[in-house]
Amino acid sequence: MATTPDKTLQRPKAREASERLIQIILLLCAISSIFAIFLIIIFVFSQGVPFLIEAGPSFLTGSVWLPADSFAAGVWGIFPIIVGSLLVTVGAIAIGAPLGIACAVFLAEIAPPAIRRVLIPSVSALAGVPSVVYGFFALLVIVPWIRGQFGGFGTSVLACWIILSIMILPTIISISTDSVRAVPKEYKEGSLAMGATRWQTIRSVLIPAASSGIVASVILGMGRAIGETMAVLLVAGNSVTIPVSVVAPVSTLTATIALEMNYATGAHQQALFAIGVVLFAFILVLTGLANVASRRRVTA
Amino acid sequence: MPAKRRELLPMALLWGAGIATILILVIILAYILAHGLPLISWHFLTTNPGVRGQQGTGIYSTIVATLAVTGVALLIAAPLSVGGAIYLNEYTRETLLRKVIRQAAEVLAGIPSIIIGLFGFIFFVIYLLPYTGGWSVISGGLTLAFMVLPISLRVSEEALKAVPAELREGSLGLGATKWQSITTVVLPTALPGIVTGLILGAGRAIGETAAILLTAGGALGLIHSLRDPCCPMTLYIYNILTEYNDTTTAYGTAAVLIIAILAITFITDWQMNRYTRKLKGL
Repeated sequence: MATTPDKTLQRPKAREASERLIQIILLLCAISSIFAIFLIIIFVFSQGVPFLIEAGPSFLTGSVWLPADSFAAGVWGIFPIIVGSLLVTVGAIAIGAPLGIACAVFLAEIAPPAIRRVLIPSVSALAGVPSVVYGFFALLVIVPWIRGQFGGFGTSVLACWIILSIMILPTIISISTDSVRAVPKEYKEGSLAMGATRWQTIRSVLIPAASSGIVASVILGMGRAIGETMAVLLVAGNSVTIPVSVVAPVSTLTATIALEMNYATGAHQQALFAIGVVLFAFILVLTGLANVASRRRVTA
Repeated sequence: MPAKRRELLPMALLWGAGIATILILVIILAYILAHGLPLISWHFLTTNPGVRGQQGTGIYSTIVATLAVTGVALLIAAPLSVGGAIYLNEYTRETLLRKVIRQAAEVLAGIPSIIIGLFGFIFFVIYLLPYTGGWSVISGGLTLAFMVLPISLRVSEEALKAVPAELREGSLGLGATKWQSITTVVLPTALPGIVTGLILGAGRAIGETAAILLTAGGALGLIHSLRDPCCPMTLYIYNILTEYNDTTTAYGTAAVLIIAILAITFITDWQMNRYTRKLKGL
């Protein structure tokens, strides 16, 4: 061995060392996502959790939100804000999920290639449109329409529902399409061979077989809706009361943070971080549920 | 046939859902572009905004700000995501570590931008103030890196996974080391896919507002250093709508953003199609 002139074999130790070093650097890159999550949790929680503990359960159940100013101590109750977030999310899902799932089935099963070639990039483009542009569109088109139809300011629960249902479409469509496509061909062929029609096959074979992925897509859509900030901020109206009707203004966890961080200091700022912790908890629960849902996948 | 007749309504609804999705996109884009495109001119793109975003002024400094924060984000996220994808795809099998990292990237991608913004505010703007200059291009860009990372990690990993095993085996069989095989054979083959992932990540950074709102500062002047506060295009739109009350400039800015996002969508879509077809040998 030692007599071989080949350079690569001359110093195997050094070469091995550099290969190992490279591997370690790459490993560090790979775990950067984990590191990033820890960093986010540590810094957001270190601001929010002490405040949560000090404020106690009344932070979640109280219905008065009066940030402290130089004259008075604050009253911190985010119950109406939590209700607002859940309300806009559920409504957005109620509109967006049926549309998105139907579109996914259409895309996976029915669409002729020509339409598919337009629809697929359209879904990517919908995912790429910045949320502030959605908010802009909603503020100038949807809000005035609501104002004209129902009176009031127009900035309302309904405006959030409409714009959020559009914004969650790409999430629902792309994941649902994948799961409908992942259904083994034999299922479909078997059903058609038994004399079932196309719609019967879709309804009683494809959708049930793809249901885990479809459910996961809807849950992830909920996460997208509850976490959305800019569009909601522009069209919600942001009044901290439980809305009495769908055309009344509403305020959400995300919008409250975005709106008040601009000028918040001291306890107010920590209260906003505490809202961030609550929002984070919602997202983690939804992510967990989506994982559980997609694990029950049908395999051939 | 009665069965066929009963099919008509549900089939029509499925068609309707597909067409509606395309129409929604077309309506939103058409509305913004119809109002915004007439405003875009050389003057609009190369003149700085007025103090209160008045009509007749431009958006030059906001374009520069968008490019600057996106550049900082990519500078950090690109090596981390590509390096991470190489590790996941070339150095591990389906191990626990791999599952954990993939899960972590998914969780990271799912964290709402406003929470990432809160983190960026407390960490980069407040805690690292001496280094970042507080609200600044650096703070905004580093915060965005957290959002770009999971996107380009996922796409890079897909791109590496699509590289045929024969290429690696051939290279290793000729006596190349693992790292030599990666740099000379695997990476060049996967490059179009990796670049696609980075472009997608850049698109995310260009369109982000909530995280930028809490970290970039929003000053409209042209930046002179990375420690200056800045106002990217998305934040400018928000500020115009909420403070300046002149929607005209907002239309123009939104149109520029839309064009950038559409270009990114079509480039990545086309590239991914071409790429998967090539690797499938079609």
